[in-house]
Amino acid sequence: MKFREIIAIVKGELITKIAKLDMDVTHISAADLMSDVLAFAEPESILLTGLCNPQVVCTAEMADIVAIIFVRDKKPPPETISLAEEERIPLVSTPYSMFEACGCLYQAGLRDIHIPDE
Amino acid sequence: MGIQNNSAIPASQITRLHELVYELEISQVMTREVITVTPQTSMTEVREILQRHRISGIPVLEHGELVGIISIEDLIKALAGGEMDARVGEKMTPNPIVLSANEPLVLSVDYFNRYGFGRFPIVNEQGKMVGILTPSDVTQGLLKKLEVEYHEEEIRRYRASHIFEDVISDHTSIFLHYIIASRDFKQAGAASRNIKRTLTHLGIPRPIIRRAAIATYEAEINIIIHTDDFGGLITAEIRPDAIIIGALDLGPGIADVEQAKRRGFSTAPDWIREMGFGAGMGLTNIEKCADEMYLESPFGSRTTLRVTIYMDEHLPIGRREA
Repeated sequence: MKFREIIAIVKGELITKIAKLDMDVTHISAADLMSDVLAFAEPESILLTGLCNPQVVCTAEMADIVAIIFVRDKKPPPETISLAEEERIPLVSTPYSMFEACGCLYQAGLRDIHIPDE
Repeated sequence: MGIQNNSAIPASQITRLHELVYELEISQVMTREVITVTPQTSMTEVREILQRHRISGIPVLEHGELVGIISIEDLIKALAGGEMDARVGEKMTPNPIVLSANEPLVLSVDYFNRYGFGRFPIVNEQGKMVGILTPSDVTQGLLKKLEVEYHEEEIRRYRASHIFEDVISDHTSIFLHYIIASRDFKQAGAASRNIKRTLTHLGIPRPIIRRAAIATYEAEINIIIHTDDFGGLITAEIRPDAIIIGALDLGPGIADVEQAKRRGFSTAPDWIREMGFGAGMGLTNIEKCADEMYLESPFGSRTTLRVTIYMDEHLPIGRREA
């Protein structure tokens, strides 16, 4: 699915100059615990989080996360935005809660990590 | 969003172009030297100007103020109607739609699509005309920017990825050293980011880089969270066959290494947890990324962590030392 469609699904607002609207995304990771992201996030996935500090961007960069969506209308501080622009990671803010945002994206066919078949 | 998208174009190219459309300002691609006429100019003169400069439209200024646009379509109408003696003021499109110089380029793409005009006068914050923008300015501006970036990237990558072939020695490796201050969360990740960037420039496969980056970042965070006033050191040795990440600090050491490796165990204070760390996964994560991991941390003394990641992607992951 295109990033632009994902933004539309969560009624998101782009908050960086970096957009990458046409990149294809198949996986979503949702976490407030950055170590969870580092341990389990799928490379090339989008991160949904409620944390707004610059470490979120740094974590995303290390884990090859391609974009970050902040839930509950959170707007990250300027240092987070400038780091994201430097690392070329687009940031989006959604009015939905973590639960709602995940639900909408799951319904649209997006998934978390690849879970091997039993 | 107003950008016409053709999904048949390779996604990688489109993505960068789309980004540039957002990053560049109109002022960066517009034509600054604008040929203008006044409402008193005759249509015959307009024809000469259009021919001489091979352009298709001219802004009309009166006392320095933008009052209209006269285009090749207006000229054709005048020709057909035998009105070549008419003045520009009678034939122009008055009060043209303008764009601001400091708007992102994407807005102009939207305007060209929406209005179907061949050009827009560009104005500054005071409303003075400072340039003109045509679709060909947009294309050329984007191509120029792409070309510059491509060259810069090529040169960097070439120089970097050949370093191991160019240098002759029995063992060649690149050593990177970063001093990590204790409890300085503002700088957290700076060493890891720089190591990742270096590995990328060296052309190392992405899955390898990712494992090295995650291990380094967790180690860096650990030093920031847990060390005494002296902080520590992050090193990266890049060899043709492996990356060896080192994390050294002067204490206080880990009381119980087995306990520290247990998922969920942490001695991190609350303020660290608020940052999204300190959930007791650091060492587990590092181990997961490593082909080999060596940890020595007598309590009350220095900690040495060494993580080896082999360049050969086909080596089974998890070939670790206990």
